[in-house]
Amino acid sequence: MKSVVFIEKNPVTKRLRNVSLELTYKAYTLSHPQGSEVVGVFCGEALPEDSDRLFQFGMDRLLYHTDQRLAQLHSLAYKQVLEAMIRAEKPEIVLFGATHTGRDVAPLIASSLKTGLTADCTQLYTDEYKDRGKILYQMRPAFGGNILATIVTPDHRPMMATVREGVMLLPEEHLQNPVRMEEFAIDFNDIWLKSEFMEIIPKVKKVDLAAANIVVSGGAGVGNRENFRLIRELARALGGEVGASRAAVDFGFIEKDHQVGQTGSVVRPKLYIACGISGQIQHRAGMEESQKILAINKDPEAPIFNIAHMGIIGDLNEIIPVMLRYLKEEV
Amino acid sequence: MKRIVVLAKQVPDTANISGDAMKADGTVNRAALPAIFNPEDLNALEMALTVKDRIGAEVHVITMGPPKAVEILKHALYMGADYVGLITDRRFAAADTLATSYVLAAAIKKIGAVDLVLAGRQAIDGDTAQVGPQVADKIGFNQVTYVSALREVNDNYLIVERDGEVQTEVIKAAYPVLLTVCAEANTPRFPNCRRMLRFFRLDMNDNTGIIPVINMDDLALAEERCGLKGSPTRVHKIKSIMLKGGELKMYGTDVTDIRQLVRDIMKDYVEVG
Repeated sequence: MKSVVFIEKNPVTKRLRNVSLELTYKAYTLSHPQGSEVVGVFCGEALPEDSDRLFQFGMDRLLYHTDQRLAQLHSLAYKQVLEAMIRAEKPEIVLFGATHTGRDVAPLIASSLKTGLTADCTQLYTDEYKDRGKILYQMRPAFGGNILATIVTPDHRPMMATVREGVMLLPEEHLQNPVRMEEFAIDFNDIWLKSEFMEIIPKVKKVDLAAANIVVSGGAGVGNRENFRLIRELARALGGEVGASRAAVDFGFIEKDHQVGQTGSVVRPKLYIACGISGQIQHRAGMEESQKILAINKDPEAPIFNIAHMGIIGDLNEIIPVMLRYLKEEV
Repeated sequence: MKRIVVLAKQVPDTANISGDAMKADGTVNRAALPAIFNPEDLNALEMALTVKDRIGAEVHVITMGPPKAVEILKHALYMGADYVGLITDRRFAAADTLATSYVLAAAIKKIGAVDLVLAGRQAIDGDTAQVGPQVADKIGFNQVTYVSALREVNDNYLIVERDGEVQTEVIKAAYPVLLTVCAEANTPRFPNCRRMLRFFRLDMNDNTGIIPVINMDDLALAEERCGLKGSPTRVHKIKSIMLKGGELKMYGTDVTDIRQLVRDIMKDYVEVG
């Protein structure tokens, strides 16, 4: 089964987004055993500076169309170019990163191709399906993460899916595919440029939860914005990053950039400390692959204890100050 | 005067799952969840009403769903919507995003001469964020997704901010355009008391005609593109999430226990120096 992977560039660093490498390798594991190709599709003003890296993760060919007018996300233009590439390649599988770009363009293309698109998949694999031979099985949490659904697209091609950054793992060892990049020609039409980008404001340093070795997260149980200071202090004392559950963000305790979970960041730190977080699946979807989980919660029945490796039952507002005191002593 | 259509959905309140909705085996009883106005669709409606307040507009709110979705249309009327419509038909059941967008696009075309379509960024039951863009594709509108602020609006265009993850994009978009709106964009207004008194007794298809019901035939739709038949995706299997057990080391709340915990953490995870 041939795969096409949407390749995305971080507009600030001008380098590949991690999700593009992750999906390239995922596509390689889906297509390569059956002797099929993995083809990347890219459009933008210029290729990512490190495009060659894709070939260390299983890419066979990269199709690209570069044009100054594609510097920003003109949804319709991106759709036209990428759809033309997909139609030319006739893949069975198409993967997009579930980024704000991928989630903007992929539905337009699926609508135009009249095929199925499954959002935010957490597992993808191929297997036999009735009399259709091998097809793509797409697992995703739904219902706020309370169920895990397996979705298939039996009769339409391509089978399209989006996957969030950090969900698919990269291989330990690099592959050595030859670098093959091919320019894709298209008659570009200015009527595809419907929006006018007046200003681009880079965001001030985004919280980098994915890269942190230790994440200290607070949930509804923290109680209020003032108490959330304790979560920040504990994170600082441990040299970690501050995370939060959706509830904490919804209550306004902390900004959305810190959210961990199905609708926030996916993290796999060495140590994850969940403070006042009950552990609904929507949150667990973003952190349960952490190497060790410490749960601090008043409620002994909180589901978080079922996935934690270490736990304390009690009030975090009393426990964290004691931890901070001893942390200072130990250092 | 601009004509605005807001796409709304009634959803189970998946964000607040408490006691009754949790079964003994730790899975969720979906039927027991209360049905609510999808939160970001309220932000879309608020944006529509803001446009109406600033430049004058006619605000239509439509929803596709079962008859009980009439509740969110009443809420939309309380907030200030001018027209509402309940798109309901058994043949629409089990639609995925492609089939849903087909129906909604037809309803928008039927309203006609629409300048602006607003939808929530995503619904909390599926979190797919696909229906808005798929409607834009079918009605041939430009789109701006992840709208996080409305800066300016006039008779010719809107200026909005888009959350582009690593950057904020300030975009000028001429009509017609479809926007998907994030929670940060605004705070939805409270229902208006006078309007509540006026509309709370309404039901769909009653003699006031305020909440019309629209079915597949009204929209002249092809049955094979609606509902399950029109959905390329199939739910192959559903697994309720059950919590997995693991080895769990508990610490007491005593200062000596907490000290031990801190030592264990420092030893294994914290790089000193």
